[in-house]
Amino acid sequence: MSTNRRAFLIGIGVVAAGTTVGVVVAPRLLGHRKPPFDFKPNAFVRIGTDGSFTMTLGKAEMGQGIYTGMPMTLAEELDVNPQRLTIEFAPVDPAFNHPFLKMQFTGGSMSTISTYDQMRLMGATARTMLVSAAAARWKVPVESLATDDGTVVERNGGRRATYASLAEDAAKLPVPAKENVKLKDRGSFKYVGKPQKRLDNVVKVTGRAVFGSDVQPPEMLKAVIARAPSFGAKVKSFDATRARAVKGVVDVKQVPSGVAVIAENTWAALKGREALQVEWDESAGQNVSTASLRAEWRGLAAKPGAVGKDVGNVKNALANAARKIDVEYELPYLAHACMEPMNAAALVKDGRCTLWVGTQNQSQDLNLVAQALGIPPANVELHTQFLGGGFGRRASTHSDFTVEAAHVANGVGRPVHVVWTREDDMRGGFYRPYSISRVRAGLTADGKPLFYHQTVVGKPVLKQSPIGKPIIDKLGFDPSSFEGAANTLYGFPNLRVESHDTDEVVTNLWWRSVGNSIHGFVVNGVVDELATLAGQDGYAFRRELLATQPRALAVLDAAAKNAGWGQPLPAGRHHGIALHESFGSIVAEVAEVSVEGRNVRVHRVTCAIDCGFAINPDQVVAQVQSAVIYGLSAALAGEITIDKGRAVQGNFTDYPVLRMSEVPQIDVHIVESDGPLGGLGEPGTPPIAPAVCAAIHAATGQRIRRLPIAASLA
Amino acid sequence: MITLNVNGQSRQIDADPEMPLLWALRDLLKLTGTKYGCGVAACGACTVHVDGQPVRSCVTPVSSVANAKIATIESLGVKGDHPVQRAWIELDVVQCGYCQSGQIMSAVALVESNANPTDADIDAAMDGNICRCGTYPRIRAAIKRAAEIKRNGGAA
Repeated sequence: MSTNRRAFLIGIGVVAAGTTVGVVVAPRLLGHRKPPFDFKPNAFVRIGTDGSFTMTLGKAEMGQGIYTGMPMTLAEELDVNPQRLTIEFAPVDPAFNHPFLKMQFTGGSMSTISTYDQMRLMGATARTMLVSAAAARWKVPVESLATDDGTVVERNGGRRATYASLAEDAAKLPVPAKENVKLKDRGSFKYVGKPQKRLDNVVKVTGRAVFGSDVQPPEMLKAVIARAPSFGAKVKSFDATRARAVKGVVDVKQVPSGVAVIAENTWAALKGREALQVEWDESAGQNVSTASLRAEWRGLAAKPGAVGKDVGNVKNALANAARKIDVEYELPYLAHACMEPMNAAALVKDGRCTLWVGTQNQSQDLNLVAQALGIPPANVELHTQFLGGGFGRRASTHSDFTVEAAHVANGVGRPVHVVWTREDDMRGGFYRPYSISRVRAGLTADGKPLFYHQTVVGKPVLKQSPIGKPIIDKLGFDPSSFEGAANTLYGFPNLRVESHDTDEVVTNLWWRSVGNSIHGFVVNGVVDELATLAGQDGYAFRRELLATQPRALAVLDAAAKNAGWGQPLPAGRHHGIALHESFGSIVAEVAEVSVEGRNVRVHRVTCAIDCGFAINPDQVVAQVQSAVIYGLSAALAGEITIDKGRAVQGNFTDYPVLRMSEVPQIDVHIVESDGPLGGLGEPGTPPIAPAVCAAIHAATGQRIRRLPIAASLA
Repeated sequence: MITLNVNGQSRQIDADPEMPLLWALRDLLKLTGTKYGCGVAACGACTVHVDGQPVRSCVTPVSSVANAKIATIESLGVKGDHPVQRAWIELDVVQCGYCQSGQIMSAVALVESNANPTDADIDAAMDGNICRCGTYPRIRAAIKRAAEIKRNGGAA
């Protein structure tokens, strides 16, 4: 990976492996949490004299499995079966900061990448100290000792001592320097690299897992907010007389996001909101609709924009191309539609604030709440809960739902839980950006790829975020506009990507794989069009474009081979293929599709992924399947349309997502390589839409250049 | 006051008769295993059993179930040893987990009434339950596995 390329990827959220890790110890997290004694060599692991092993997890668990992946990495080096670990969510503390972003944050598919070395060191440090304690007790050299699942043993088969029995002695030893801690060889791993059962299985199949929605601090009230019916709308006036008369309603108050109805329970709050009368000024969004944006943006896409990447000379290439296309691609706004709608609970009292929330964005939430309340960050405490889905929505650039809860709770004196209904959530914005691209691309006289020139129009996400500024300052542009296009693995000798940044009133945000789900579709779509133009199939043409990319070729070949590319398919079924790299992982997918009229059925998806080294292979499979299903829901029918500033769709009734009977068979093949660790939560999403659309073209001859597919086939 | 029979216990609640069972369970009885997802019976996250049948508690007025036997995810026990839960654990079904209480309650109802569910049976019984993490392939496999555990009299 070249330096430039790495800088680019960092902008979006991939941190190169091999991050330097020191022994990070937060002073206030050290010490003995409870009698009689805990050995706590660092902020992450605690070994009790009672035989308990506790790991403090600084990351949010939203389904991606980090609740298992990080503990198993630490447990590997500690040499304890991961299933013996108890996991607790960390407070907000610099000890748990992302090493590059310098904040406590979960996203960008980088939790494993950014903590793998650190977790190993933390576990190995503890093990080293426990072995030293045993050596001192028995007066033998450390070399004569080994460990075995929580026990120090003499190599000669002699004495054994549990970690629990050594904890008190180990705690008296100095924490060794990194250089004096020996890590295991990968070949001797017992757990990492092998399937490991999820540590959150039991709490999640018994209903005991506590999500943000489920917190129950004493005396807590529930609140819903009468929210802006259209983007940018402001409260003109409101009449709360009838709302206050609803039994159980405690208070009605205006907050920046609308008018909050606070009640003893959720139902009372909802009834209160129904009775509330609010007059809105909707002028800001009055003239904004999907149709008006489309018309404006199509015009912009035809004009030169800011240059994000320029390789070779596309102008000359355009003039010299033997065959070329000039096409327009369009992708809609998309809601994340997490199963758990947004919510957050807050208690504001005596100049302090306590928050209970499922968030990907702990540090920023805490800081922005402090700012909103005008209190020092040290007076804010945030308790991370399980997240009922994240997909980027819970990494809000404005900490919207957490800050809002603090506003509502301010002055109440009791904890208030602000809950969003599904309609609040789906119409509340922060969508995947709406995006229109014009692409010109062409071939040489002998059918070789010659150039790719894309002009993208949309509102970039990164610059809206506090973490974006240093990155944009460093690069001189907002890389989120180009992500997945400017850094495509496809080797076009001439490549230029330009952008027009828009600033419509509709709010947007990162959505599982961010720019990659947009540009993975555009680039692969265009590549497929060029393949047809060259008289080749999509697989053979991609092999040519990836000729200098051995990892990508191996992934492409694995997907094609396992799908039976080129072999006869059942009658009426057709294959399409796509490949995309994101977050350090390369994924290729082959979709097997049939089309009857407007009815598209995806029967089977064959995936291959190179994520470097698979820490928990079973969860690699689970995440790729998950990402495919998430991307397929969007590709087939996902669309938020805007009319007079309002989001039209509001629930699963008009924003359909995949259900059991529609889910294809999804096979996942892990292609291990010696490449650096790649991310997992997102990279499976980008290839699915273009793979399905390529198959639709094979079936019908129709190009799908506008998503969702349902809108193009209409 | 309304009297509910929840998980074998008689519970008195002071609630608006129109209040959906979901909010009575969650807010008044503090049984938070049952989840809110859509409020219009479109996602299945709130599925509980009423007299053994799977019901969407988000659209079920609490007054309509005053004389019924209500069972929530909590009725299956805290250890995860019901055959459906065992299958879910064995196959590592869960991801974020938010929809899984509803998925499991739908699946329990299916395997209680069908000793050997086919793919079509599973489609029909489970299409009302949405999972945004896309755990569907594993749910399908786990239902078949749960039925197998049950057929073996609870032995693996």
